[in-house]
Amino acid sequence: MAQHYRGMSVIYILLAVSVVVAIFFFAAFVIAVRKGQYDDSYTPSVRMLFEDEVVKKKTKESSKIITKTD
Amino acid sequence: MQQAPGATPQDIEGKFDFLAQDNILNKLLEFRDETLEIATLYIPHIHCSACIWVLENLNKLQPGITESQVNFNKKTVRVSYNPQATNLKQVVILLSNIGYEPYISLDDFGKSAQQVNRSLIYKLGVAGFAFGNVMFLSFPEYFEVDEYWLDQYKHLFRWLMFAYSVPVLLYAAQDYFISAYKGLRAKILNIDVPIALGAFVLFFRSTIEIAFDLGSGFFDSFTGLIFFLLLGKFFQQKTYSFLSFERNYKSYFPIAVTKISKDRTEIPIQVYDIKEGDRLLIRNQELIPVDGILISGKAHLDYSFVTGESRVVRKQSGDKLFAGGKQTQGSIEMEALKAVEQSYLTQLWSNDVFAKNKESGFTTLTNSISKQFTIYVLSIAVIATTYWLFADPGKAMNVFTAVLIIACPCAIALAAPFTLGNVLRIFGKDKFYLKNASVIERMAKIDSIIFDKTGTITSNASAEATYEGMPLNEDESNLLRSSLRNSNHPLSRSLYNLLQSENIITLDDYREDIGKGISAKHANNEIKIGSASYVGSEDTSVLNTTVHVSSNNAYKGKFTFYNQYRKGLSKLFNQLKSKFDLTILSGDNEGEIENLQKLLPPKTKLLFNQKPDDKLQYIAYHQSEGQTIAMIGDGLNDAGALAQSDVGIAISENVNVFSPACDAILDASKFNQLHGYFNMSQQAIKIIKWAFVLSFMYNAVGLYFAVTGQLSPVIAAILMPLSSITIVAFTTVCTNIVGKKLKTDAIKTI
Repeated sequence: MAQHYRGMSVIYILLAVSVVVAIFFFAAFVIAVRKGQYDDSYTPSVRMLFEDEVVKKKTKESSKIITKTD
Repeated sequence: MQQAPGATPQDIEGKFDFLAQDNILNKLLEFRDETLEIATLYIPHIHCSACIWVLENLNKLQPGITESQVNFNKKTVRVSYNPQATNLKQVVILLSNIGYEPYISLDDFGKSAQQVNRSLIYKLGVAGFAFGNVMFLSFPEYFEVDEYWLDQYKHLFRWLMFAYSVPVLLYAAQDYFISAYKGLRAKILNIDVPIALGAFVLFFRSTIEIAFDLGSGFFDSFTGLIFFLLLGKFFQQKTYSFLSFERNYKSYFPIAVTKISKDRTEIPIQVYDIKEGDRLLIRNQELIPVDGILISGKAHLDYSFVTGESRVVRKQSGDKLFAGGKQTQGSIEMEALKAVEQSYLTQLWSNDVFAKNKESGFTTLTNSISKQFTIYVLSIAVIATTYWLFADPGKAMNVFTAVLIIACPCAIALAAPFTLGNVLRIFGKDKFYLKNASVIERMAKIDSIIFDKTGTITSNASAEATYEGMPLNEDESNLLRSSLRNSNHPLSRSLYNLLQSENIITLDDYREDIGKGISAKHANNEIKIGSASYVGSEDTSVLNTTVHVSSNNAYKGKFTFYNQYRKGLSKLFNQLKSKFDLTILSGDNEGEIENLQKLLPPKTKLLFNQKPDDKLQYIAYHQSEGQTIAMIGDGLNDAGALAQSDVGIAISENVNVFSPACDAILDASKFNQLHGYFNMSQQAIKIIKWAFVLSFMYNAVGLYFAVTGQLSPVIAAILMPLSSITIVAFTTVCTNIVGKKLKTDAIKTI
């Protein structure tokens, strides 16, 4: 009986984990849609190719802005 | 980085002054406060990845800009900037200087940031999420192993499936219930009625089964059904975000013009604020927004927005000007006679036809068979249930619900979306862009086609001219061409390009009398080129565009310009004539009638001098006679006819720029393939019908299990996806085969 009891708890844990994982991915999907990731499916694929330079400049710019606002 | 690479485009000075007006800014900006303003600008010139790079690095050119983000498909850039450091006018001028002039029209006026409708993606997500998890949970029970484990926990598994299915019923499937309810209220048995019925029965029978421990339920089939159906909907929903099918005159009209007040100061005012009697300044390349009278300056108007014909019309001071013309040389001053909405052109849009939705009156193929389908299914269910009531009453309810479940027309509902969605994509690759999938079904029913003439069957690119009169000797033809070389008039330029003489001589004297003609001298020869009166001829024919020539004051002859018809026009009409009634409705005079009669099959009807409203009425009249009509046009003057027709196709030389509201946009280079497109739409309908036959076969198999009371969840879980996948595969393969044929035919026509 004790062995069966242990088996039972494993099932509960597995089910709980499966539900949590499923809901986690579902939430990620909803957030992605809400942020507009599905609105433009082309531009990001191009933007990715020159991301590096933009990021460099952006960090400079944003740091400038921060110092300004300070 | 350089702020002004290459040549700076001219004419932007003063053009964007209206962007300094506070009330206009309020309408254009998406967000506005002390330190941040956000605007989304439409830039038609965006065409490559380098464009994205330049536009997303605007902050390097203009420090006031904090961020700029491009949407390549929509050709827009969303610019955020600090209004204390810069302003929208400066941003727009910067963009124009680097060659990306934004297109700001009356359409942008008061357009608040639109909420994108993403509900279908959410629903698809919910259904897919539930489907996957329910499948996973129901898998153990498919094998029906009486294992201790499964027996112990099956209730937990089943209630979990139930929990996953509830959002599918309440959220993902809600459109089907709403549509079925609306259909029933209007006494129409649309396809959503049997779907909603099947889905509802699936869910409730499953709930009862698990509640009373009768079985494992059909939650897997239920979520799968909704998922596949939504997938079909999603697939059909191919949109071309860089095209607009809803354009009216507002997309072409400017948002503001320059008003000259009584003390001669120039102030930009909103187009809607123009009142009768206002003095307006129209600069080079600006559009005349209202009907009016020319006060001063030389009007050289290009009405190609309106008529599709790009030939410059000249007006003298005191002449009436119609809204829609674009000034092409210098600036003019005019007095407004009417407000924007009451102008000759814009009045057309007050017609009811623009408020009508073409789809609402059209019964799709799927809906037309769903009526009989629903009746058959219900009668089979009733007959089977009555039989079992006598044979084995315990099974009767089981059989009744099983019939409704298995007959749920998932495969039928998928046939049309996947066929039409795929055809839509094939057309799109071939530069024929449809507004939505239902256009294909409507195209398949067309029995007569009406063409506009100018800009539709003729091409704007080139013209042809013939010479009548005394032959010109070599000196004269050299002088003629050399004189034409000096003139900027569009007719001179076309004629110059058409003439063969290669000896360009230096003229001794050259004079251009605007609006009349040119005269030139070389050695002892004098030549005059221009209107009949200018060269001293009595020719008074006004049907065709002509240029007259006289040499040393003796009349020589005239060049008559003809429209250049699109390549393959004659062949296209001959292909179409067996299946369709063909008509040409032209807004022009009869000058081309003989030419057209020679080119086109004898049965073609030719009508001239048709005003925009006449075209609309002509189509409405023939529709009331029972014809289904496709209208093929291009300019804004065809907008009414395009809206009235069953399928309105706009021809466009440049799909990114101009096209009035329509159902489909066809790239002008593909004009000669029109026959292939109509053919393929009809084939698509045939494919859908075959797919129906296939899905009926699946239904028959399923009904056998249902009627005999043997429907188990496993059979439902196999049959439902299998039939759906078969249909999807069948329609995709068939449309691709037909699509390939379209391509090989196209190669043959070239």
